[in-house]
Amino acid sequence: MALLEVKDLQVRVEDREILHGLSLTVNPGEVHAIMGPNGSGKSTLSHVIAGKPGYEVTGGQILFRGEDLLEMAPDERAAKGVFLAFQYPVEIPGVATMNFLRTALNAQRKARGESEYSTPDFLKKVREVSKSLNIPQDMLKRGVNVGFSGGEKKRNEILQMALFEPSLCILDEMDSGLDIDALRIAADGVNALRSPERAMVVITHYQRLLNYIVPDFVHVMAKGSVVKTGGKELALELEGSGYAQFEHAA
Amino acid sequence: MVAVQETVDRVRRIDVDQYRYGFETLIESEKAPKGLSEDIVRFISEKKSEPAWMLEWRLEAYRRWLTMTEPTWARVNYPKIDYQDLYYYAAPKPKKTLSSIDEIDPEILKTYEKLGIPLREVAILEGVEPPPGGEPSEQRRIAVDAVFDSVSVATTFQKELKKAGVIFMPISEAIREHPELVRKYLGSVVPTSDNFFATLNSAVFSDGSFVYVPPGVRCPMELSTYFRINERNTGQFERTLIIADKGSYVSYLEGCTAPQRDENQLHAAVVELVALDDAEIKYSTVQNWYPGNSEGKGGIYNFVTKRGECRGANSKISWTQVETGSAITWKYPSCILRGDHSRGEFYSIAISNGYQQVDSGTKMIHLGKNTSSRIISKGIAAGKSQNTYRGLVTAHRKATGARNYTACDSLLIGDKCGAHTVPYVEAKNSSATFEHEATTSKISEDVLFYCVQRGLSQEEAVGLVVNGFVKDVLQQLPMEFAVEAQKLISISLEGSVG
Repeated sequence: MALLEVKDLQVRVEDREILHGLSLTVNPGEVHAIMGPNGSGKSTLSHVIAGKPGYEVTGGQILFRGEDLLEMAPDERAAKGVFLAFQYPVEIPGVATMNFLRTALNAQRKARGESEYSTPDFLKKVREVSKSLNIPQDMLKRGVNVGFSGGEKKRNEILQMALFEPSLCILDEMDSGLDIDALRIAADGVNALRSPERAMVVITHYQRLLNYIVPDFVHVMAKGSVVKTGGKELALELEGSGYAQFEHAA
Repeated sequence: MVAVQETVDRVRRIDVDQYRYGFETLIESEKAPKGLSEDIVRFISEKKSEPAWMLEWRLEAYRRWLTMTEPTWARVNYPKIDYQDLYYYAAPKPKKTLSSIDEIDPEILKTYEKLGIPLREVAILEGVEPPPGGEPSEQRRIAVDAVFDSVSVATTFQKELKKAGVIFMPISEAIREHPELVRKYLGSVVPTSDNFFATLNSAVFSDGSFVYVPPGVRCPMELSTYFRINERNTGQFERTLIIADKGSYVSYLEGCTAPQRDENQLHAAVVELVALDDAEIKYSTVQNWYPGNSEGKGGIYNFVTKRGECRGANSKISWTQVETGSAITWKYPSCILRGDHSRGEFYSIAISNGYQQVDSGTKMIHLGKNTSSRIISKGIAAGKSQNTYRGLVTAHRKATGARNYTACDSLLIGDKCGAHTVPYVEAKNSSATFEHEATTSKISEDVLFYCVQRGLSQEEAVGLVVNGFVKDVLQQLPMEFAVEAQKLISISLEGSVG
């Protein structure tokens, strides 16, 4: 069974239709890149899958392991294994990162009917993962994303991805605001999480990120739908020709 | 969209009228006739078997009160209070001298049990064997004075405190047993002429707590008073007086609840603190009076005057308050920094939801040299509430080297509430250093969505963000109070999102 099936999805924000009949199928173990110019609806797609308020689905459906995702509250989707790495992770002052990670992880486990992590197990796990991502321990004591650099914020997103072990990871413009070294560290973190059970949807404007996270499929979005699908070579092709051709075609 | 609808439904399922202490205790009570007059003042004084000087003090206050008008400067709106339509005295019946806790009306004991207030010392007294392998129960050693409507019904640990020389008793008893102390200090921080509500309190106060810590004594346990208004149409006018003599230390906690009623009830308390040389008083309040229902009906009108005086050099007074209840809160715990090098602190969390109105803050009055003060205020407004911080920091001509740091932060949840900050800063000498910082922010949709995307429910997300916001103040509370306060904050904000 497909992990994620988006069928003929139509989405409005206020009076404007942003997605008109978008379809996408993602199987376990696959990495899909979604590329497209600004305003093509890439981020809208990621938000609607994760359940962000403010979008009206006027047609189509989203199935996650065959279940209707649109019927679930955002926190239920998270517990089912949908993870969205934010383009702009928010700051939560006064809430220590460690406390946040633990509260969230245990909330998810509780929702799935699993037992909560014991403190030593949790700490061990966080230490392992944060070390591999080059995240210093004192960063975990600071407020969530408060005073973090752009690179630290993105690494914090990947840290959560590694801890929560979701089956679907959506990475929204992970490369924005990162220099080349920070990008490499983040990409290495993501690559370490690739597995036959886990699928990833990588949303990006530039081809650059895909040199580090090599996708199995590339979809080009323009004006609210997928206009072309191909292998990883499609990204390189776009690097040369740009998006203009698709904007006219759409 | 379905997800949004889900959230809306979930929030709707939450009963806004979540007040958990709204039950009523059915006991017989003895009341003074309704209304206020010299006769009522005399009645109260007589009920308490007070000496003549105390009655005179009350009558003087009453006569002055008749000439005063209710203040209108606070940002609160309420229908005119008919002061003749209230009972000024209500006491559980029969009132006889109790020699042990077992003689207290079992209904009252049950009330405090339901509220989680320990009136029985038994389990936690010395000599009680801890369970095998268990810890000795050190952590719950808190002495309690329980005030039910107009009278104190029980004060625990009195004997043990006496051993340390600490006097902790209902003020009505202190007036009879320690008149020299009461006469010396009562009204010395909040004079009978202070303000409309304090003057009213001076005339009709019926009970409250009295604490005296002798020189050099560190009070061996936390002291606390638990106030409960039970009777209908009854005002509660308690009076608390705490004196920390030279070099002593005391930490005092205050909690309050009331039954859920459709009528508004008046609570006009006065708290006076006096710290002599090198003494320290830490006063913490968790105020959870009934706030009214989701339509704004009922709830307590909380008009309270709290003031501490750092009378001696190097003395310190610290106020910490968590205000979640009451329909109207009018309250400004303040410090008069008279002693040189004295220090005043005010840490506040004020949460308003539904139709609550809060006008609260502090006054730091620097009189002595090199005095310092610190104000950390966190206001959280949700629902259709209005939340105002009102503060005054002033340095007298002679208060050279005075220092103050103020940080006022407001957090808005939803778009139908209001947060207001009204700071007054006044320095009459050029060596004062006053700093003021203020912020107002909103819990954004983006922050909430981030949290729910990570698996938290909407309610958990709001609780987490708010607890992060108030962290600096929560840290000031004694440990077990902090845990309670954290829970209370989450409960107070239930139903605030959607």
